Amino acid sequence: MKVLYFAWLKDKTGVSEEDIDLPDGVNDVAGLMAWLRGRSDGFADAFCDESVVRIAVNQEHVATDHTVSDGDEVAFFPPVTGG
Amino acid sequence: MIRVQEEDFDPGVELQKLSEGNLAIGGVCSFVGLVRDFAGGEQVSAMTLEHYPGMTEKQLEAIEKQAQDRWPLDATLIIHRYGRLEAGERIVFVAAASAHREAAFEACHFLIDWLKTEAPFWKKESAASGDHWVEAKTSDDDATKRWDQT
Repeated sequence: MKVLYFAWLKDKTGVSEEDIDLPDGVNDVAGLMAWLRGRSDGFADAFCDESVVRIAVNQEHVATDHTVSDGDEVAFFPPVTGG
Repeated sequence: MIRVQEEDFDPGVELQKLSEGNLAIGGVCSFVGLVRDFAGGEQVSAMTLEHYPGMTEKQLEAIEKQAQDRWPLDATLIIHRYGRLEAGERIVFVAAASAHREAAFEACHFLIDWLKTEAPFWKKESAASGDHWVEAKTSDDDATKRWDQT
């Protein structure tokens, strides 16, 4: 799946976009975030407070219980501040 | 119509084009957002807007469709810029045209409120103390909730 990071999530993880294989046992966004946290200090820091992380799957806003599967485009970002 | 672009726009030209050729339009209401030179008591010299290409367009189209479903509108336009913008520069343009002013006013207000909480844009301010990401305001969420239909 394709995973994207925006704004300070990109700064903290040091990644803007990557392709990853769905890790074993991960089937929703919450599981994916837990797995990402274990990757590095930067990822742990970026995902330490889930209440300030917003998620989109296939470019639609979703909640952490949304399912994920290979082929999905998953994006993580802070609450939006446009306008 | 929606447009996501790096370059500036001319509100006068956009307004002219929006209503041109449609004599059923009785009024156009528009909003222009600008880069302020202050934030939290600090001087801000510029702003950099990041967005999520693809999702941005999708969200703006969805927001526009909601407005068109809700009010009798003849035309709508949303322009949002990205990239580095200096203080005083235009960031966003929203306009709604209708036969009567109520629909135009309400739709314009709705569009900007919704855009601020749904469209995937992020602002980074450049100030004397350094660059920092702007935090979302709960007042913006409240402004959007005001439009929830019961």
